[in-house]
Amino acid sequence: MTELEAGCAERLAPARDVAGLHRYRDVLIALIAFAVLASLPLFSSSKSLLDFVIRCSAYGLFATSLNLLVGYTGLTSFGHGMFFGLGAYSFGLIMQKLGVSIPVAFVATLAITAVIAAVIGAICVRLKEIYFAFVTLAFQMLIHSTILSWASFTGGDQGLRGGIPRPAFLGINLADHAHLYVASCALLILGLLAMRQIAQSPFGYTLRMIRDNAARASFLGIDVWRAKLTVFVLAALFASMGGMVMALFVSGAYPEFAYWTISGEGIFINMLGGVSTFLGPMAGTVLLLLLNDTVTRFTDYHGIVLGVVILFFALGLRKGLLDFVAEWFAHRRDAGEGR
Amino acid sequence: MLQIRNLAKSFGGVKATNDVTLDFPDGSLTAVIGPNGAGKSTFFNLITGALKPDSGQVLLDGVDLAGCLPPEIVRHGIGRAFQVASIFKSLTVQETMLAAVSADQRTSAVLHKRFPLPETRDRAEHVMELLGLASKRHRTAATLSHGDQKLLDIALALVLEPKVLLLDEPTAGMGPEERWRMIDKVRELWETQKITVVFIEHDMDIVFKIAPRIVVLCYGRILATGTPDEIRNDSAVIEAYLGTEHAGAAA
Repeated sequence: MTELEAGCAERLAPARDVAGLHRYRDVLIALIAFAVLASLPLFSSSKSLLDFVIRCSAYGLFATSLNLLVGYTGLTSFGHGMFFGLGAYSFGLIMQKLGVSIPVAFVATLAITAVIAAVIGAICVRLKEIYFAFVTLAFQMLIHSTILSWASFTGGDQGLRGGIPRPAFLGINLADHAHLYVASCALLILGLLAMRQIAQSPFGYTLRMIRDNAARASFLGIDVWRAKLTVFVLAALFASMGGMVMALFVSGAYPEFAYWTISGEGIFINMLGGVSTFLGPMAGTVLLLLLNDTVTRFTDYHGIVLGVVILFFALGLRKGLLDFVAEWFAHRRDAGEGR
Repeated sequence: MLQIRNLAKSFGGVKATNDVTLDFPDGSLTAVIGPNGAGKSTFFNLITGALKPDSGQVLLDGVDLAGCLPPEIVRHGIGRAFQVASIFKSLTVQETMLAAVSADQRTSAVLHKRFPLPETRDRAEHVMELLGLASKRHRTAATLSHGDQKLLDIALALVLEPKVLLLDEPTAGMGPEERWRMIDKVRELWETQKITVVFIEHDMDIVFKIAPRIVVLCYGRILATGTPDEIRNDSAVIEAYLGTEHAGAAA
């Protein structure tokens, strides 16, 4: 028994520093990932590969932010795509109509997203499971139809055309493909790092408690409603960031960005990649976009093929890709400990 | 001191708690017993804010908490454990404790630091030691045995350092041996932590053995209160609840 206790004490003492070390480890991984991504153009001149990475950045930010809701808090939003569309449209409109610099439009878009997400969230997060899912979906449709019907402002079903002006700032010229590529990678990595910090903060553990047992969390003195609203707004900000990357990439914004299928794709990505690990949605993003690109090349019926793949993951495996990887590691670790 | 004054709650026509007035002095240990449907759990739910009372007062050190929400009541110092262990199944024992201390220290919304915060460690450690969960700290809550899950539930209440601890059937679903171990633990906690403990229990042997004071509820009303000996020999209690077996054993 004393040996056991000694072992525990030993394990706990260095644990005081472990939390800090994890943070440095994450920053290090992020720096390496950024270095690899940013040096990609040196090894490959394929524009379609770089375009692929930019699209992964946009969707990856969106899907990972959705996982903050679905995986960490247990809030299954069917309308998260509205913030993707909102980000693309507000950014595009601000750039087109006000002619401000890109960082100003970026921050202004985040502010607009935060306000709208706070209002929608305040209504939605009180609702339980299926009601939450459907009311978020309803708000998504509301935003989508507003974009369609307010044609004089948003361009209606034609979208924001005529290109989004991309004036250079601080020596960064986003009209240049190479600059846009590096900027997208930087936004992706910074966004992921920020979301990782949220997930591993005391607040992140509050979210896990709410997911597991919201009633018990409130008996620990946690204001469940406030925590849910906070994460709803935070997730919306990162989805909006994804939308802005997309708007910069296509130099426009289209009603499809705010359509419910975007939310659906976000859910698919999470199912493919898995919600039990932080990087699951990122893996799912790469997987879905790869599938999308290859399948559309071979057949017009890509919807059927994607549907089958998703059914295979959902019904057959009942887990996402990285869930398996995580389980495999956990299994190996347990075996190593000789349990 | 926890004082309940004329507490009442009806569900439709059923008076689940009917004009209950009780005092729980600081540092007391009280068992609440009664037949099924006597309103024991409802009584706890009213005190902890899970249900809103129709009328009456819940006074903790003179502050009326009746009708407040659970988070407020918890912050005033009334902690509770549940009949069915209410835990966070995907967190480890240690994470559960650390997160609960974080909630109590009002750092559960902190975004810019990493979990766990250093200042949460000592309290979490202390309570894990106290309940004998320290050696299982890295186990996920869902993989714990039934008894350990109940202990974890109590630890969750205890780690908030409550003035009053309400335990809804701490021995529910346990085998005879496990029951005694659990109840010894409860008694030990009461003796060492100097807190007010109120627990619901069905096993009469346990109640009569460890509780200095017993409250008997029946149809939402207080049927009797008193020491084990007084309760054993109370004719109303014998008729409504105990039957003659325990009365005989007392003599």
